[in-house]
Amino acid sequence: MSDTKMSDNTPDSPERRRFISTATVAAGVTLVPGVMLVEVAQGRPEDQPASSAVRWGMLIDATKCASGCDDCVSACSTENGWTPVAESKHPTQAPQWIRKLELQDPLTQGQTNLPMLCQHCAEPPCVDVCPTGASFKRDDGIVLVNRHICIGCRYCMMACPYKARSLVHEPLNDTQKPDVPRGIGCVEACTFCVQKVDRGDGTTACAEACAKSGNNAILFGDMNDPESEISKRLRELPTKQVRADLNLNLGVRYHGI
Amino acid sequence: MKRLLALGAVVLTTAALAWAGSEEPAQSGGAPKPVITKATKGEHCVEPNDFMRRNHMKVLLHHRDETVIEGIRTKKYSLKECINCHASEKTGSVAASKDDFCVSCHSYAAVKIDCFDCHSTKPQGSMAMHPLNAETAHYAHKLAAQAGRPVSTEEMAGIAQ
Repeated sequence: MSDTKMSDNTPDSPERRRFISTATVAAGVTLVPGVMLVEVAQGRPEDQPASSAVRWGMLIDATKCASGCDDCVSACSTENGWTPVAESKHPTQAPQWIRKLELQDPLTQGQTNLPMLCQHCAEPPCVDVCPTGASFKRDDGIVLVNRHICIGCRYCMMACPYKARSLVHEPLNDTQKPDVPRGIGCVEACTFCVQKVDRGDGTTACAEACAKSGNNAILFGDMNDPESEISKRLRELPTKQVRADLNLNLGVRYHGI
Repeated sequence: MKRLLALGAVVLTTAALAWAGSEEPAQSGGAPKPVITKATKGEHCVEPNDFMRRNHMKVLLHHRDETVIEGIRTKKYSLKECINCHASEKTGSVAASKDDFCVSCHSYAAVKIDCFDCHSTKPQGSMAMHPLNAETAHYAHKLAAQAGRPVSTEEMAGIAQ
């Protein structure tokens, strides 16, 4: 726990040096034409559809997830405009896009902390059961709800093994964020901050907040790119999928559970 | 003959003008005409006004599916951009009061809009005016929890804006 960084990139480590040298080369190449710089900074151009060449994923290191910290949850609620459960008038039915879990093994008393959110399955059960096609998986692996055709039947909530989805029960009275439309009668869940991803931020609000808190337990990135930080870490670390027996090929992997 | 035609034209024009002028007070009897305020930003809309008045719903519908399903986020025809330009200076919104841009015409035409059940009616960036800026906003309820008082839903609404 003393090592608070996700990767052990000490200033002298060869891995870091390799990364810096390739990053410098890349920056050099892209700086010259000028147009490329914009593309690199913004990721995918805004007129291009999401591509299946990318699969967004998340690595959560439960050994670094601190007990009592819920910065990821508050960051998510702020970014996406949902009211935190503690402040909700109806806490039992308040939407939760990400939940902080503190688990204890009854035999060993060992404690595990982890955030639980939509696992962005490659074979999502919520998409299988949706009667209107509102629940869908975008080409880059992000599982979303098309609120324009969601009828609020909540089949997807029942089908989800991770309890990741919520229904909005109350009118929101124009408290939504301009980037995150959401409303009464529709099911919703973690979107991997799709508005940030499309903007080219390459990270999510929870991952940013976790890094800011110094725990660095959440790493977000492209699992299809073998050179991405997340792919490298996934190669090194033993990770688990929650309910791996369901063969859903999850976009969120946990280490230390 | 020519002179007669010219005279006729003058008479007709005057009559037309008089008729147009008389329309203003006459409308007090009918439904009040919608207030169409000029957009706060930009010189002209993404398409000619006539086209937009008839077809804005079609272009919005097409664009919304491209955005939600494929992730194409071009600015032309984006509802967010409509709101950015057309939000009223008074209310900062396109649908908060009855004279705001969207509501004004829609109530005249008696067509219910449900865009704003889910979409914010206010442009982006009003966050900067909030005492908590984008950098610190997500700590708002942490700070409040430390101070030992719950954050009200109104405050959350403020943060969300």
